[in-house]
Amino acid sequence: MIPLPFYLVIAAALFCVGLYGALARRNAIAILIGIELMLNAVNLNLVAFWRYIKPASPTMDLAGQVFALFVVTLAAAEAAIGLALVIAIYRSRDTVNVEDVDLMKW
Amino acid sequence: MNLDLNLQVIAPALIVALSLLLVLLGEVFLPASQRRWLGYLALIGLLGAAVVAAMLWGANLSGFGKMVVADAFGLFLTLIILLGAALSVLLAFDFVRAHQLDTGEFFALVLSAVVGMIGMVTATDLIVIFLALELLSLPLYVLAAFKRADKRSLEAGLKYFLLGAFASAFFLYGIAFVFGGTGTTNLGRIAAVLGASPRSDVALVGMGLLGVGFAFKVALVPFHWWTPDVYEGAPTVVTAFMSVAVKAAAFGAFFRVFLVALPELAADWRALLAVIAVLTMTLGNVAALLQSNVKRMLAYSSIAHAGYILIALVAMGVNGAGSALFYLLAYTLTNLGAFGAVIALSDGTRERLELNDFAGVAKAQPLVAAALTILLLSLAGFPPFAGFTGKFFIFGAAVESGWAWLAVIGVLNSLISAYFYLRPVVQMYMVEPAGGWNRLRVAPFVAFVLAIAVIGVLALGIVPAPVIALASGGFLK
Repeated sequence: MIPLPFYLVIAAALFCVGLYGALARRNAIAILIGIELMLNAVNLNLVAFWRYIKPASPTMDLAGQVFALFVVTLAAAEAAIGLALVIAIYRSRDTVNVEDVDLMKW
Repeated sequence: MNLDLNLQVIAPALIVALSLLLVLLGEVFLPASQRRWLGYLALIGLLGAAVVAAMLWGANLSGFGKMVVADAFGLFLTLIILLGAALSVLLAFDFVRAHQLDTGEFFALVLSAVVGMIGMVTATDLIVIFLALELLSLPLYVLAAFKRADKRSLEAGLKYFLLGAFASAFFLYGIAFVFGGTGTTNLGRIAAVLGASPRSDVALVGMGLLGVGFAFKVALVPFHWWTPDVYEGAPTVVTAFMSVAVKAAAFGAFFRVFLVALPELAADWRALLAVIAVLTMTLGNVAALLQSNVKRMLAYSSIAHAGYILIALVAMGVNGAGSALFYLLAYTLTNLGAFGAVIALSDGTRERLELNDFAGVAKAQPLVAAALTILLLSLAGFPPFAGFTGKFFIFGAAVESGWAWLAVIGVLNSLISAYFYLRPVVQMYMVEPAGGWNRLRVAPFVAFVLAIAVIGVLALGIVPAPVIALASGGFLK
C-alpha cells in the first residue's frame, strides 16, 4: 500500500498550485479555478486520512468520505455563485480582470 | 445505530428555513405591488424562531448524534443573530423600495444566511460548522452585489466572494488536518483525543489553518483587507446586517471550536491570538482615524471591535465567553443603530456618506442626530452606554486570567477610537449645514430601529447584571 505521506504531499502540492493560481492570476475565472483546485486538494487529504486512520468511534467511520462528498457539492454551489458574479461584472464593465475592478482602494 | 433525529434542537433554524420557503413562493405568486408583505413574513419567521429559541433555554438538548446542541452559548448567540436580522429587515423595508431592489429575493437571501448563522453557533461538529459557514457566506456574496446597477456593489460582491472562497479553502484544509490528527470531527471527541494522546503536530497544523479561516470571516489583521471595500460597496442595509450578524456567527463558532475542541492546545494559540488582538485593535483604530467616508470608518471600527472580542477568547473560561457574548449583543444593537441612522439621514437614494455631509444635521433632524451621538459614544466606550460595560467585562476577564497587559492595550485603543467616533458628532452639532439636502421625514420602521437601539444600549449599559448572567451559561459538552 502506498504510504500516507505520499498522498499528503500530493495534496499539499495541489493546494499550493491552487493557492498560486488564486494569488497570481488576474482573471477572475482563473482565480476561481485556483480555489477549486484548493478544495479538491482538501478532498484528497480527507479521503487519504480517512483510509489510513482508525476512526475514533465506530458510528463515525464514514466521516471522511461523507465530508468529501459535501465538499464536492459545495464547490459546485460556489462555482455557480462565483460565475454569476463574474458575468454581472462583465456586463457592467466589459472585463473580468480583477485589476480593473478597482473603484475602491484599500 | 439509532437515528438521533431530535428536531427540537434545530427548531429555530427550521422555522427560519420555512419562512424562507414561503417568501420564495410569495415572490413567485404575489403581484409586484403586494411584495411588501414578504418583509412582514420574514419578520414573523424571525420572531417565531426567537420565541422557540427562548423556550429551549435551559433544556441543554443535543441532537443528530451530538452534531448540534441547544446550549446557553448557542441559544444566546441565536437570539443575537435573530435580533440583528429582524432589525436589518426593518431597516430594509423602505430601503429596498427606494433603491429598487428585488424585494422577495432580498428577504429570502437574508433568511438563508440566518439559517446558516444559527447552524454555525449551535453546531458541535466540524462538518456541520463548515456547511453552516458556507450556507451563511453564499447568500451574503450575492447580497453584497445585490444592487446590480451600482458598480461599487458588484465590485464588493466579487471581492467578498473571491476572498471568502479563498478563506473557506484554508478553513477546510484545517478541518482535514484536525480530522487526520484526531480521527474525528466531533468537537468533544477531538478534545478527548487531544487530551489522551501526546502532542499531535498534524492537529496543530489544522488548528493554525482553522484559525486563518476564522480570522478571515471575523476580519482579524492580517486577514482584514476585504472588509473596508466590501462594507463600503455593499448596499448600506446589507453592510449593517453583515457587520453584526456575521461577526456574531463566526465568533460563536470560533469560540466553540477553540474553547471546546482545542483547549489542550491553548498554550500554542493563546499568545498568538493575543498578538493578533493587539494588531487588529491598533490597525483598525488607526486606519479609522484616516477615513472620511463614514461606511469605511465603520468598517475599520468593526475590525477594531473584532480585536476587542478576541481578547475575550484569549482570556478563555466562562468569563471570557460570557463577556464576548455580552459584547456581541451590545455591538449588534449599537452598530445596527448607527447604520440605521445613516439610512435615516439619506435623501432618497442619495446617502450621507462623507463626513462633511453630516454638517449641521442636528438642526434638521435633532432626534436622529441625538440617537447617532449616543450610539457613537457607546461604540467608543463611554459610560453609561452598553459599549462601556461590554469593554469593562472583557477587560475584566482578561485581567482575571492574567492578561492585564492586553487589557491595558485595549483601553489605550478605546482612547484612540474616541477621536474618530466624535468627528461625525462635531460635524452634526458644531458646523453650519451645507445646502442641497432635502429635509425628510424619517420612515417609521427606521425610527423604530433607532429607538430600540438607543433603549437597548442604555438598558445594557445601566443594568447589565441579568444579561451577563444569561450570557455566562457556557457550553454543553
